[in-house]
Amino acid sequence: MKKFFVSFTLAASLAFAAANDTFLVRNITVHPVTGPKLDNASVLVVDGKISEVGAKVTAPKGVKIIEGKGLHIYPGMINSATEVGMSEIGSIRETSDTGELGEFNPQLRSSIAVNPSSEHIPVTRANGITAVITLPGGGSTENRGFAFGALNPVIVGQSALMHLDGWTWEEMELKRTAAIQMKFPTIQMLSPRAMMMDLPGAFPRNTFAEAKKSYDRRIQAMHEFFEQARRYQKGKESKQPGLRRDLKFEAMIPVLEGKTPLMIVATRNRTIRDAIEFGQKEKIKIILAGLEQLGDNAAKIKELNIPVILGETLTLPSSEDDPYDSTAALPGLLHKAGIKFAFGTFDTQFARNLPYQAATAVAYGLPYEEALKSVTINAAEIWGVADQIGSIEKGKWADLIITDGDPLETNTQIKQMFIKGKAVDLSSRHTKLFEKYMSRQ
Amino acid sequence: MKRFLTALALSAALASAETFVIQNATVWTMAKGKFTGSVVVKDGKIEQVGEKVMVPQGAKIIDAGGQHLIPGIIDAHSHIAAEAINEGSVSVSSMASIDDVLNPEDIAIYRALAGGVTTANILHGSANSIGGQTVITKMRWGTDAKTMLFEGGRPGIKFALGENPKRAGNAAVNVGGTPRPQRYPATRMGVEDVIRQAFIDAREYQRTWEEYKTKAANGERVVEPKRDLKLEPLVEILEGRRDVHAHCYRADEILMLLRVADEFGFKIRTLQHVLEGYKVAKEIAAHGAGASTFSDWWSYKVEAFDAIPYNAAIMHKKGVLVSLNSDSAELMRHLNTEAAKVMKYGGVSEEDALAMVTINPAKQLKIENRVGSIEPGKDADLVLYDKNPLSNYAKVQKVWIDGKMYFEREKDLADRAAREARKKGLLEKEKAAAPVQKKDGAAPRRGGPAE
Repeated sequence: MKKFFVSFTLAASLAFAAANDTFLVRNITVHPVTGPKLDNASVLVVDGKISEVGAKVTAPKGVKIIEGKGLHIYPGMINSATEVGMSEIGSIRETSDTGELGEFNPQLRSSIAVNPSSEHIPVTRANGITAVITLPGGGSTENRGFAFGALNPVIVGQSALMHLDGWTWEEMELKRTAAIQMKFPTIQMLSPRAMMMDLPGAFPRNTFAEAKKSYDRRIQAMHEFFEQARRYQKGKESKQPGLRRDLKFEAMIPVLEGKTPLMIVATRNRTIRDAIEFGQKEKIKIILAGLEQLGDNAAKIKELNIPVILGETLTLPSSEDDPYDSTAALPGLLHKAGIKFAFGTFDTQFARNLPYQAATAVAYGLPYEEALKSVTINAAEIWGVADQIGSIEKGKWADLIITDGDPLETNTQIKQMFIKGKAVDLSSRHTKLFEKYMSRQ
Repeated sequence: MKRFLTALALSAALASAETFVIQNATVWTMAKGKFTGSVVVKDGKIEQVGEKVMVPQGAKIIDAGGQHLIPGIIDAHSHIAAEAINEGSVSVSSMASIDDVLNPEDIAIYRALAGGVTTANILHGSANSIGGQTVITKMRWGTDAKTMLFEGGRPGIKFALGENPKRAGNAAVNVGGTPRPQRYPATRMGVEDVIRQAFIDAREYQRTWEEYKTKAANGERVVEPKRDLKLEPLVEILEGRRDVHAHCYRADEILMLLRVADEFGFKIRTLQHVLEGYKVAKEIAAHGAGASTFSDWWSYKVEAFDAIPYNAAIMHKKGVLVSLNSDSAELMRHLNTEAAKVMKYGGVSEEDALAMVTINPAKQLKIENRVGSIEPGKDADLVLYDKNPLSNYAKVQKVWIDGKMYFEREKDLADRAAREARKKGLLEKEKAAAPVQKKDGAAPRRGGPAE
């Protein structure tokens, strides 16, 4: 019996040692993000979760050990706005699944349209990004029509928080509905078609009065849609006889209940102001996304505790008169105003450059620690998953990156990555083509 | 001769640029390594470079406090300051020139300066197999279009291969409900054909003129041939007097163009974008074409799906002269950190990486005797960064062109309040002067969306 027991425990510990989501990283500089960095420390991961962090961590017998001498360990980064997995080749409609037809589509679930074999996934994670938010309405922060699809979309679908690893979209899902994405209308002097084609001269212009009238109509339609959803909600609560199931209104219920935030894309002063007012009128939780300026909205955003997803800092100022560095300085201004924010890249091809967006903000006034938080813990908090990811703390998923330096600097190499404690392959279409053609004689 | 005089007059004007010494700087010479020391600037030129220099009498001293001084960044591919980009109605638009549409008031010039760019090659677009003429400019913000031109800069021309010239010939292009007529070519085969035929025509045109000149020199009475403004620039290419900057993506089309150039006996000066250059690096190096690429753009179209961020590193390692360009008013503002990507992807050294936005593009544009490095005798086009220019945390502090300060961050910051006040004043003035609005609508306004 004893013999049997010994062999049983041996087998168990062997299995334990072999499990690729259990390991100890030691002699490494740990950057928990939520606390001060720890030199020469260890991180123990058991069954995909962070089990212990500190200078003195005893490794269970037989556990796989990763030597981290001279290296750093950080939580994996989160890109809070992307099309990763939803769009493969920008110019080819057939490879894009963002931008459904219609104005109000809260029922659309973007996670099911994430292609786990997209070439963009390994390319994006190679730079230290372990999770992304998907944008069912596409990455354009401009409130005009999609390159493909609807001309005047408003509610464009459900944004999901996806791990950048998994055999299926289901395995990748961290949160199926992290938010419902809305593109706030703007006052359009040009028809959406003219703006889309970038041919302003080829189409007649609206007068301001006409444009304003159509804008007001669209805002009115949005309130009406919310009103209908509310009536549906009441009908459902009171088990109204004959109430037909409606997927659109059903998807709105968590928004009306304040459980799911409405992520409103609004770029400029007036749109931001109107978006905030809309959220207040409808008494819902909102997240502002894609801001290119703060305008006079800082105090209001702070007062209402609205989180912000910033677009690219490496982008042109929104108007000719703006200071040359206005986009790079914007994150610093938000920080000073006490507004919580995270970064997104609002696209696919440059999703991997997320850390450089944050670093640029540092050059123009954002404290470094805040920049690091904005791509890790702040994002996790905004998406309601701070208990699961975003920092190196006990109990969280082991979404980790081992680097040879500051992950926000371009010339830093990501040496190893773990998602849910599983070592992730850092090779990609790009590294494979590199190797293939370097070897050409 | 006239051109020479103009250049002379200009350099005389610049002589008023002050004499100064930048001391205690980390100097990236891009010629003889990196050191801590001084650079002396006199009459718009770099006079001395070294750890110890002779300070000229009366020279202004600028203490760099250990900050990083690099030669002005050169962008080999830009479309800023151009009021028009594409003459897309024909397959060969060599008669059109960016020269005619240069706008010295484009704010992008100032923004490029603030990103350390001092010289840019302004190109025609990529709608045609053989596009329009290009010009090399210096970012002399606040001057006129003529003064912006790089004195003695070699004439250039844009070529374009692949999807863009193909698409421009596609009948699906529909402007305001009016289908645009189809335009040859619509395939890569057609692109090659257009280019070959154009050079056959150019050769014949060249011969016609040569025959005329010979006969005229012999005193024969001959009628002067009719000038052809489309073919003249192509003859200049054949005679090595105009440089070809060719937009290209895929390895097959790159090779095709090199072979067409071989057939007609000229060289491709630079391959632009050249995203699959890494697949034919050997052939590019053998031809001697420079490659000017993006650091990490990919996947925005099919021909960019095999684009890899290792492209610059592979071509560099296989002997191609490589530069990094922007093709974008935004990217142009941080070409320094684009260079850092070549270190990340492919392990190119710090100095070789920075060379890709300074001395390498200078060599590609054949202006390396004037700009691209910090050496005595060269133009004093200098950029001072507060940190290592390859770091994402670095920002431009000061920019000089020809020894004249064109950008200073401190001054920009200090001037903001006054600029804002001036703008407000102008807006109020406009408001006061505006006609009374009719009941049914406001007066039409300038600009796009109303806000």
